[in-house]
Amino acid sequence: MARTTDDIASRQRPSKARQFWIALKKAPFTAKMGMGIVLLYVFVALFAPVLTPYGESEVVGSEFEPWGAKFLLGTDNLGRDMLTRLLFGARNTVGIAFVTTCLAFLIGGVSGILAAIYSGWMDQVFSRIVDILMAIPALIFSLLLLTIFGTSIPILIVIIAVLDSTRVFRLTRAVSLNVVVMDYVEAARLRGEKIPWITFREVLPNILSPLVAEFGLRFCFVFLTIASLSFLGLGIQPPTADWGSMVRDNATLITYEDITPLLPAAAIAILTVGVNFIVDWFLQKTSGLRDGQ
Amino acid sequence: MGSKPDTAQAAPQQDETLLKIRGLCIEGQADDSWMDIVKGLDITLHRGEVLGLIGESGAGKSTVGLAAMGYARPGCRISGGSIRFKGIDLASASEEERRVLRGVRIAYVAQSAAGSFNPAHKLIDQFTEIPIKHGIHDRATALADAIDLYGRLQLPEPEIIGFRYPHQVSGGQLQRAMTAMALSCRPDLIIFDEPTTALDVTTQIEVLVTIRDIVSQFTAAAIYITHDLAVVAQMADRIMVLRYGELVEEAQTQRMVSAPQQDYTKTLWAVRSFRKSAAITANNEQPLIEVDHVTAAYGALTVLHDISFVIRAGQTVAVVGESGSGKSTAARVITGLLPPVAGQVLVNASPLPGDYRRRTREQLRHAQMIYQMADTAVNPKQRIRDIIGRPLRFYLGMTGTQKENRIRELLDLIEMDPDTFIDRYPGELSGGQKQRVCIARALAAEPEFIICDEVTSALDQIVAEGILKLLDRLQRELNLAYLFITHDLATVRAIADDVIVMLQGRIVEQGPREEIFSPPHHEYTELLLSSVPEMDPNWLDQLIKNRNNTGGMRSVSTS
Repeated sequence: MARTTDDIASRQRPSKARQFWIALKKAPFTAKMGMGIVLLYVFVALFAPVLTPYGESEVVGSEFEPWGAKFLLGTDNLGRDMLTRLLFGARNTVGIAFVTTCLAFLIGGVSGILAAIYSGWMDQVFSRIVDILMAIPALIFSLLLLTIFGTSIPILIVIIAVLDSTRVFRLTRAVSLNVVVMDYVEAARLRGEKIPWITFREVLPNILSPLVAEFGLRFCFVFLTIASLSFLGLGIQPPTADWGSMVRDNATLITYEDITPLLPAAAIAILTVGVNFIVDWFLQKTSGLRDGQ
Repeated sequence: MGSKPDTAQAAPQQDETLLKIRGLCIEGQADDSWMDIVKGLDITLHRGEVLGLIGESGAGKSTVGLAAMGYARPGCRISGGSIRFKGIDLASASEEERRVLRGVRIAYVAQSAAGSFNPAHKLIDQFTEIPIKHGIHDRATALADAIDLYGRLQLPEPEIIGFRYPHQVSGGQLQRAMTAMALSCRPDLIIFDEPTTALDVTTQIEVLVTIRDIVSQFTAAAIYITHDLAVVAQMADRIMVLRYGELVEEAQTQRMVSAPQQDYTKTLWAVRSFRKSAAITANNEQPLIEVDHVTAAYGALTVLHDISFVIRAGQTVAVVGESGSGKSTAARVITGLLPPVAGQVLVNASPLPGDYRRRTREQLRHAQMIYQMADTAVNPKQRIRDIIGRPLRFYLGMTGTQKENRIRELLDLIEMDPDTFIDRYPGELSGGQKQRVCIARALAAEPEFIICDEVTSALDQIVAEGILKLLDRLQRELNLAYLFITHDLATVRAIADDVIVMLQGRIVEQGPREEIFSPPHHEYTELLLSSVPEMDPNWLDQLIKNRNNTGGMRSVSTS
């Protein structure tokens, strides 16, 4: 026992940034690839106006022009440049998905922790509301709500966030329940700490790793939901460039053996795979599982 | 070696060498490198012999015990040496060979029987699984054998008890059922890994007696792993003291207990002799805490019946009793986690609100708590600085340098170097150090009264002694009052001024320590006191003889 303490004492603790850098360097190839993909998407989303030759919804040619020097990936059903819209799509779809996921975590996470801390009637009320929301198939429910409230982007974000926060609530509540029974939470209560302290200082740091992992997965699902809604015509509205509606608008090209409509779909697929690579790595790191176990 | 296991099995001989371990080395994985856990250990074990392995946690006792079965835990590997069981080298045997030996010729009894039984199956089905699988018995004979063994292990109603599920029997019964299960194939070697550590003293006696009888009845050999010296003195013929995976000393029990050679062994032996310095003064002033006719219940179940006691400033009151006696509930009532159904708690003669949420910050500050499991009592994501600093900021409004200086003072007070520890996380501390941090956190509030709930029972004896000494010193320096909840009478003897003995939610006896520990005793106190193992290797034999004479054994074995 004494020996292990000496070992720790003699080891200089590296700074936070350095620890992070070491962890990054030791990451497996798949995780590095995932990070590369995500960074690329973020870069494209941020600099879309600079990178693209034409405007987002500018009609620059005739319909369905083939790939060529002027239009690298051809044009779409209205004669807009495909490449331009693909790059702008990153900005719209990814950006909206990110905001939506954050909002879902804010709603579901906070209510999940509170349900676990208070338990009793508050837990009952939250949990039953979540049960009701989850009883209705999410896609149908969101279609219904979008039809009622209209399809502006803020409403789209709120509706998907609320529906997705049910899953976040369940996870947060479950992992928080394991933490709130710990003696250190009891000690904080007996000290007279208020609920915000217990929530953000005692419970949240201890459930962060499953939540971060879930954030990655949730982000993919939100992203797919937005794409599906757009494909069905109730998501992001034209003329805003969006990968889901781009697939729909150009779907007919598939019958002429043109793979152009698959490109936005591929963009979605690649990002999903990349995010999952990162999440896998993170889960493996934080759950303490080693290879071969 | 050319010895044939089959013939050896047919004619068990008393002096046959059963297990021969030479130069055993085991490595464990830490982060990315391999570290030595066991460094070249030799063990020889003959049939009919019980070998005691003792040492602090981290000494490699359990690792050695498992290695005797040719098994290494995940993250560990046997890196050198030979393990010969009846001439078969387990270290180099195939996994299939080892699997056949394990459970049949070598059995293992784990510390937590509750965690080792499958809760979804009846005890007897789990008993019969191995003999049937290995074709030793058919189901009918296996069942008959189970009932026979349950009887021999003094389990109540042996014909019926096997048909219960693990949660339907008590902890002591479960531990005996597990021992029975280990014996189902009549193994030659049984490894007991702290089989009684999780049990009450009264239950521990039953299990110890049965284990010893069984080993001699079947002329098996056993390795008995424990950190409790008094227990090992009762059980083992020979004792090996381990430290850092190396042998410190090995001798026959009698010699080891009476004349240990090595310094380390002597310190281990000396631990039990700690006594609190004489009580300051028997002050008759106003009691600090007064528990006044408190009755408390969980729903419909009443767990405390009309409890009254007082605690004076600078005094230690110890509450003893078996698990389920209501001692922790008494603490929950005082802290306000469980508002009493009737009665009240008074501090300095003014009544406290029953619910902690209705108490003022000042009232909360005066009574602090130290928990049994230091691991779960400190937030693993907070640095020591934050853990100790929070009560300073919260109760006393300290900030900046003032707070920093006070944290350092407190760390000095608990004998931990501030520069080394202030920025560490709890995960980087040992169990004893974590418990010290908990003490510092309680002290930071500058309380008059601290509840210590089994604070030493999860710790090794040497570490526990350090904690007791620290608490004693702090009491004298700061005039603290302690409510000391424990099931360990050795601790009570060491630290208490007043003792309260509880049984099934009632106080059976209370008074000054000298009074409680000297005859005449209440019947239950007598049972508790006589069940505490002593270092004398003949103690258990004497105890059984006495109890048989007075008919006391009956009540013990069925309790």
